[in-house]
Amino acid sequence: MSKSLAFEEPIVKLREKINELEEFTSANDVDLSDEIGKLKTRLSNLETEIYSNMEPWDRVQVARHPARPTTKDYIAELFEDFMELHGDRTFGDDAAIVGGIGFFETKPVTVIGHQRGKDTKENVKRNFGMPHPEGYRKALRLMKQAEKFGRPIICFIDTKGAYPGKAAEERGQSEAIARNLVEMAGLKVPVVSIVIGEGGSGGALALGVANHIHMLEHSTYSVISPEGAASILWKDSSLSKQAAEAMKITAPHLKEMKIIDEIIPEVLGGAHRDPKAQALQIREVLRASLDTFREMDEGGIIDDRYKKFRKIGVFSE
Amino acid sequence: MIRDLFTKNKKKQAITIPSADAKNDVPEGLMTKCPECKEIILTKDLMKTAKVCPKCDHHFKMTAWERVECLFDKDTFESMDDHLKTENPLNFPSYTEKVESDAEKTGLNEAVLTGIGKIGGNEVAVAIMDSHFRMGSMGSVVGEKITRAVEKATEKGIPVLIFSASGGARMQEGVLSLMQMAKTSVALKRHADNGLLFISVMTYPTTGGVSASFASVGDINIAEPKALIGFAGRRVIEQTVREKLPEDFQTAEFLMEHGQVDAVIHRCEMTEALAKLIELHVKGGK
Ligand SMILES: [Zn+2]
Repeated sequence: MSKSLAFEEPIVKLREKINELEEFTSANDVDLSDEIGKLKTRLSNLETEIYSNMEPWDRVQVARHPARPTTKDYIAELFEDFMELHGDRTFGDDAAIVGGIGFFETKPVTVIGHQRGKDTKENVKRNFGMPHPEGYRKALRLMKQAEKFGRPIICFIDTKGAYPGKAAEERGQSEAIARNLVEMAGLKVPVVSIVIGEGGSGGALALGVANHIHMLEHSTYSVISPEGAASILWKDSSLSKQAAEAMKITAPHLKEMKIIDEIIPEVLGGAHRDPKAQALQIREVLRASLDTFREMDEGGIIDDRYKKFRKIGVFSE
Repeated sequence: MIRDLFTKNKKKQAITIPSADAKNDVPEGLMTKCPECKEIILTKDLMKTAKVCPKCDHHFKMTAWERVECLFDKDTFESMDDHLKTENPLNFPSYTEKVESDAEKTGLNEAVLTGIGKIGGNEVAVAIMDSHFRMGSMGSVVGEKITRAVEKATEKGIPVLIFSASGGARMQEGVLSLMQMAKTSVALKRHADNGLLFISVMTYPTTGGVSASFASVGDINIAEPKALIGFAGRRVIEQTVREKLPEDFQTAEFLMEHGQVDAVIHRCEMTEALAKLIELHVKGGK
């Protein structure tokens, strides 16, 4: 069983108790099956109750879970004959963003996503999924390639944000993100972006100017991390739990603000508990999304994206 | 008829009154001390040099209306969308009060002033951000005003100029602020696809989400001398990379050296340079 989270504590405790009783029965040849059965029912009720009443901060923890499936995990489940393509052709290959081509069911598609590591070694290689400019430029190169060959583009968003480093600034982090926003606006092929973990700020948006944006149930999408918001707004980063609530960063909030299209339900307790089942949920939503654009011409696709972003904002006049 | 007169009057008011207001309301004394060279300058003289220190060339922050005065052919500027009003979508405590107080202080409805005017005889749409209003941060109204100005430029087939002066996204509007980066981008793409000119002028400061959206993607990117321009904050970067950053890091000159801007232009030469650039893009030449 993977690492448990603070809000899961009651579940873990109950599960331990059941395990103890089961061990005790087998070691001492007594029948406690009635008690164990009752406890198991209680466990299942407790799981349903806790997992269906998750607070924003709990979701942040699930979104950041080290075992949470990454872009590459979903690529392996969802696309056939996938081939990864590397490099921005100008500076280098940023491992914090992966991209390539493959078949989704019978249709060729381009897939691009932020890529975190699952352990320290891989995280170092992938810079914790925080891209440099060359990552965004690789993404744009692959998007333009997709456009040339009329392939839909699928983006997986999963980053704390673009990397705040010296070299990143020198090579134009701002321009790389900004360029993607503008160029994605003009793509003649449909773009579907799915937030699978953390969607952090401009670094996430640079893969997010899409016709459809979906979010996994426990993923987050925000202008700043809860820790960052707490330290800017209240000069106290220990208030991140409160900031997670105040900033309205969860999928239901974004749906309410009409920023995203669909909330993709997660398997009980979070995607990391059953990545294969989770991929199936994504597959359904992705298929439906792509079907929407089958009959739409190039101008229609661009207009559709224009209208989507044009209407985002809350103000009065 | 009466209605026509009324709208005309209203427009005229929008041109002149906030301008005067803005000047009176900025609480500056008789003298201003240059933060760079410590020279004491008569505040009323400062505007004669477009708020540039006569001794050391330090570019003081400008209000949006002060920039209008420097930029446009006389009496040609008409502002747009001054009626849009900021809401409090995340119900942040005291956000509305802060916005209202800055509106009072600056004479603007939000952190950007937009409109149409003439520079060197050519009509252009502009968006001028004002860092005196919530540090020039971009929320829904800023995004909407810029988008409408760009759309107006597309509709009229004229260039658009954006003067950035912003700390980035408006935290109090959360992810709605982030999405303004995308909203302004889709509008700029449409403008670009019509073969129209977009000049981005980056002034102190152009950072965060504004730097990472429209400010960086002009057909021509211009910066004012020594302007702070960058994606991440200096402190955040120093903490991340654990090294001291060079003095000139994220300045206009630094960006020029790293290929991110076309030119660094002194404020006193800015209007002439812009007029020339616009002239160079008039279809069919002179
Ligand atoms: Zn000076």
